Amino acid sequence: MFGVPGRNAAELLIEQINAAGGVGGVPLRAAVIDEAPGVDFLLGECRRLAQNEGVDVMLASISSGSCLAVAPRAEQLRLPILLWDCGTQRIFEENSFRYAVRTQANAVPEIVAPLLYLMRARPEFRTLAVVNQDYAWGRDSWAIWKAAMDAVKPGVRVVAELFPRFGATDFSTEITRLQALRPDVIFSTSWGGELDTFIRQAAERRLFERSTFVLPLGESSLERVGRTLPEGVIVGARGDHWFLHPTARDTELLRGFTEAYRQRFSLYPIYPTFHMAQALFALKAGYEKAIAANGGRWPSREQFMETMRGLEFSHLTGTMRIREDGQGLEPMLIGTTRHVPAFPFSVLDQMILYPPELVMNPIGTRGLDWVRLLTPAAVQRAPAPIAYRA
Amino acid sequence: MTLLLLLAVLDGLAHAALVFMVAVGLTLVFGVLRVLNVAHGSFFAIGAYVAATLGTAAAATAAAPLFALPALLVAAMLVGGLLGPVVERLLLSRIYVKDHVLQLLVTFALFMILEDVQKLIWGVQPIFQDAAVKALGPVEVGDIVYTRYQLFLLPAVAAATLLCLMWFLRRTLTGRVIVAVTHDREAATAMGIDAARVYLLTFSFGTMLAALGGALAAPTTSLVPGIGVNMIVLSFAVVATAGLGQIEGAALTALLIGLGRSIAVYFAPEFEVVIPYLIMVAVLLVRPHGLFGSPELRRV
Repeated sequence: MFGVPGRNAAELLIEQINAAGGVGGVPLRAAVIDEAPGVDFLLGECRRLAQNEGVDVMLASISSGSCLAVAPRAEQLRLPILLWDCGTQRIFEENSFRYAVRTQANAVPEIVAPLLYLMRARPEFRTLAVVNQDYAWGRDSWAIWKAAMDAVKPGVRVVAELFPRFGATDFSTEITRLQALRPDVIFSTSWGGELDTFIRQAAERRLFERSTFVLPLGESSLERVGRTLPEGVIVGARGDHWFLHPTARDTELLRGFTEAYRQRFSLYPIYPTFHMAQALFALKAGYEKAIAANGGRWPSREQFMETMRGLEFSHLTGTMRIREDGQGLEPMLIGTTRHVPAFPFSVLDQMILYPPELVMNPIGTRGLDWVRLLTPAAVQRAPAPIAYRA
Repeated sequence: MTLLLLLAVLDGLAHAALVFMVAVGLTLVFGVLRVLNVAHGSFFAIGAYVAATLGTAAAATAAAPLFALPALLVAAMLVGGLLGPVVERLLLSRIYVKDHVLQLLVTFALFMILEDVQKLIWGVQPIFQDAAVKALGPVEVGDIVYTRYQLFLLPAVAAATLLCLMWFLRRTLTGRVIVAVTHDREAATAMGIDAARVYLLTFSFGTMLAALGGALAAPTTSLVPGIGVNMIVLSFAVVATAGLGQIEGAALTALLIGLGRSIAVYFAPEFEVVIPYLIMVAVLLVRPHGLFGSPELRRV
């Protein structure tokens, strides 16, 4: 689901990097591993790649469970690892890793930003229902949202907490119940085929007409569900990226990448594509900085990882920084869906780029504790929204 | 409370209809061939993908709404008519006399192969084709919007399938031949019945039922790798609860599971996932051979 867009981005960018001379003059060679068979398989592959194939650095992974398992293994193997897509904030809150850093944000800003956006767009909401997948991400993201919502808007009544089975293919009963309950807001961090199905079934049964939807991972479904997703839905992009990014859409870098990606894969890039790009841009920037610091010689793994902490690097849509504890800091792009003639699917309008200092817990704190300290004033501190430009 | 129960029943009926369509094929195949076919879930998934492909092709034509519903049936017949005979002749016919464990392993291997075949043909990105749902449009029950497809078509097709199957097996010559082979293959063969042909026919029909279940589910959901896994697990629960080979039992159990699941979503959402298995465990504790099953007598 998200592995393919990530692999596609890697394929395209590695070709471009190698065509431009590689990293410090060294061409990149990628070995792609499917993490779908499970954590045990991934850990075995991690060891094989490090010990038999002699890989220099590993980019992993999509599942938070995989990241939580792979980071300690990479530590044992002294294998630098860039966590490129998994969302759990716990990795660097509960452990300290020398050989792991994250090149994107995490669940805390990804959930706090849409909440602040909702507070600005619909401050009067009184009731809310949640429909999340029944696994770690679905439960954890709801815990963050609930704690943050209780802090910034106490008194909201949660009328339904629905956690359909992970991989569910039918949400009819949940939709009927939501129609009967009529919550002001429906929050869902679902993704992939399940989010697509939920959107389509909800649209067929006019649920969007009764409640405001907040979909923090909705950007990844926009093209697939087309105009089934109506206007007025609050959608997150899981970071500072979108192919029509409000401040970067006219840059040569983003336009060139989007065109090349579309030409090869017949799809617009979505957030896993951008996350993979961020990891590769970070890898290149980190090595080049470490090589320079090492007098032009190829750095050791330890030198490379020391450089990665505190590294500020440019990517397709802006710049971001890797914090000293390994967490990535990037703004959060949130917007509201709108139909425009140029695209057969919803685009984002009234976009707000929430800066990391507003939505991300400081170093040394735990995200779930920090969100409880949020105040309604955070809503007002957000930058002004940026309208969609045709 | 009454309204909520009514809504739960309406939702449960639609879910039960889909589960029944798949489970009845599984139980029919087991009843006649004595093979527990794990690959049945793949036939469900392939039926869904073929229906979506045909639906997409039909959507490109001017008469798309007219073709949307027939395309579902055509997809089921294609899968049942092409894939069923091939699998039965090339694979299953070689293992009828083998141990049940080997049969399970072979059909599981086939299931794994077909899962990858689906990825090769249709990729891993979600596919959605809802022309059939749109063709029928929505309907309001009180204040609640349903789709006519979900509320009327799915239960109607499931009920028609059950009645037709009962009529076919009890009132037609071919049906009685199938029942005869099910009861005693050797005696039936001795009386001139071509048992191999009956097996081929039954398996192809069971495959078509699974594919029809998938085709009917296709317009309501996103097709992603793994949809066959979910359905086969649920179907096994239905078949085990009903009693292996019990068609009417499969209908009743699917109804119980469908209603149980939807009532759980309303009143105890945490139990939604486990309801089918709680029902199965409760039934098997009291009736180890299922609701309608009976212990098999040794013939020697």
